[in-house]
Amino acid sequence: MEIIYILWLRQLKKYWRSKARIIGSLGQPLLFMLAFGFGFGPIYAKAGGGNYLEFLVPGVIAMSILFTATFSGLEIIWDRQFGFLKEMLVAPVSRLKIMFGRSLGGATVAVIQGVVVFIISLFVGFKVLNWWLIPVALVAMFLIAFLFTLFGTGIASLMKDVQGFQLIVNFLIMPLFFLSGTFFPLTGLPQALKIVVQANPLSYGVDALRGALVGLSSFGFLMDFTVLAIVVIILLGVTSYLFSRIEA
Amino acid sequence: MIKVDNLIKKFGNFTAVDNISFDVKDGEILAFLGPNGAGKTTTIKMLTTVLPPSSGKIELNGYNPLTQKDKARHSFGIVFQDSSVDDELTAYENMMMHAVLYGIKKSEQKVKIEHLLGFVELWDRRNELVKNFSGGMKRRLEIAKGLLHHPKILFLDEPTQGLDPQTRNHIWEYIKKMNAEEKMTVFFTTHYIEEAEKAADRVVVIDHGQIVAIGTPAELKTKTGKDNLEDAFISLTGKTIREEGADSFGRMRQAGRMGGWRR
Repeated sequence: MEIIYILWLRQLKKYWRSKARIIGSLGQPLLFMLAFGFGFGPIYAKAGGGNYLEFLVPGVIAMSILFTATFSGLEIIWDRQFGFLKEMLVAPVSRLKIMFGRSLGGATVAVIQGVVVFIISLFVGFKVLNWWLIPVALVAMFLIAFLFTLFGTGIASLMKDVQGFQLIVNFLIMPLFFLSGTFFPLTGLPQALKIVVQANPLSYGVDALRGALVGLSSFGFLMDFTVLAIVVIILLGVTSYLFSRIEA
Repeated sequence: MIKVDNLIKKFGNFTAVDNISFDVKDGEILAFLGPNGAGKTTTIKMLTTVLPPSSGKIELNGYNPLTQKDKARHSFGIVFQDSSVDDELTAYENMMMHAVLYGIKKSEQKVKIEHLLGFVELWDRRNELVKNFSGGMKRRLEIAKGLLHHPKILFLDEPTQGLDPQTRNHIWEYIKKMNAEEKMTVFFTTHYIEEAEKAADRVVVIDHGQIVAIGTPAELKTKTGKDNLEDAFISLTGKTIREEGADSFGRMRQAGRMGGWRR
């Protein structure tokens, strides 16, 4: 327990100490909310979609969690680069605990990031439909965060250096983000695109958040949380395996 | 305490460690010497469970580092050649991390950390982030960390590289003291041959992945007819300067890239 805790704490301390990173990572979501929220808002309303900002904000929250969580998993590559990975790998501790503590820390950081984006959105003009559902939103945020920290950790376990990093961002994270129903509703999508979006676990996270915050849901909570939980469990297995095979 | 039999490590076609055998007795200080790229670090990595050998047998404190990883890992401490501390944590936090990872009791954590940070003269700066430390300070922190859990075997991979003579002396005195008081077995590599001459009970000389000589410093001097260990070392390994950057890690990366999936 103590081991999981100290690795969790490490992630939080590192997050808290990198103020520049915190501020930097808030810029993008804010920009999305302002530019897209207000930019597309009038057209969206004219098309009969309602308030676009309300549609968009849960997606932007999910997006910032996706990025923070995946990157914090990928940070293992930096731990390798700067040597700290060796310290963790030669310690007489099961890799599972190390992976778990680290991922839990990364997920917590990502949830905090999501909450901050949520608070900012309130200033931009976002209105929550039902405050009683905030705990549901938090659970959804945590599941998204944990899922993608595990995902990032698994990918990083396969990489020896930082060279492939850009590749991962462009070919994995960006598609996950754009094809998740963050910006557009799922109704009326071309069939092929719809299948891709439905195969993307982030879609269910976005959907659950949207359901909890503004009462709009395409899949329903049951479906959302079942899919998220199943993917988390699968990734726990796969990532533990990949992490256990790392050689320093 | 350490037994190595016919150990081989290959990276692709390159044989970094080529069929070496030796043993280290309980409480002995053994210097593992060799020019750059001779296979020292690769050997240490295999001994410390970081790299699996291609073939051969290792026994550490009676445990097999391949199958009894955790028991083997409890038995040793290691100071790596390059950094293994977290730059974005303070010196104290790094020590605490190590204490927790090695299962040091809560009641003893603070006392031990204070003692060791005091010893390497970093206690006053314990709350500073490691990234603001000089190279020598980082080295000292690494050493304090390696000693924190009172290991039975201490591996030191060029521990005193880049340190001034004062600090080097200080650190060696402490290591010798730990060796004498706790019968800690010490396995170290260094390019400062005079350190080996002063501290080591026995010396293993390795070159091109193979052992070229084993013996006490005195024996090696007699064998080569030289009056100091540095000259003996040069006469054993030749005068050629080794390719820079051809260390095992570079080879490994190359091997990984050539046969790898990334490109």
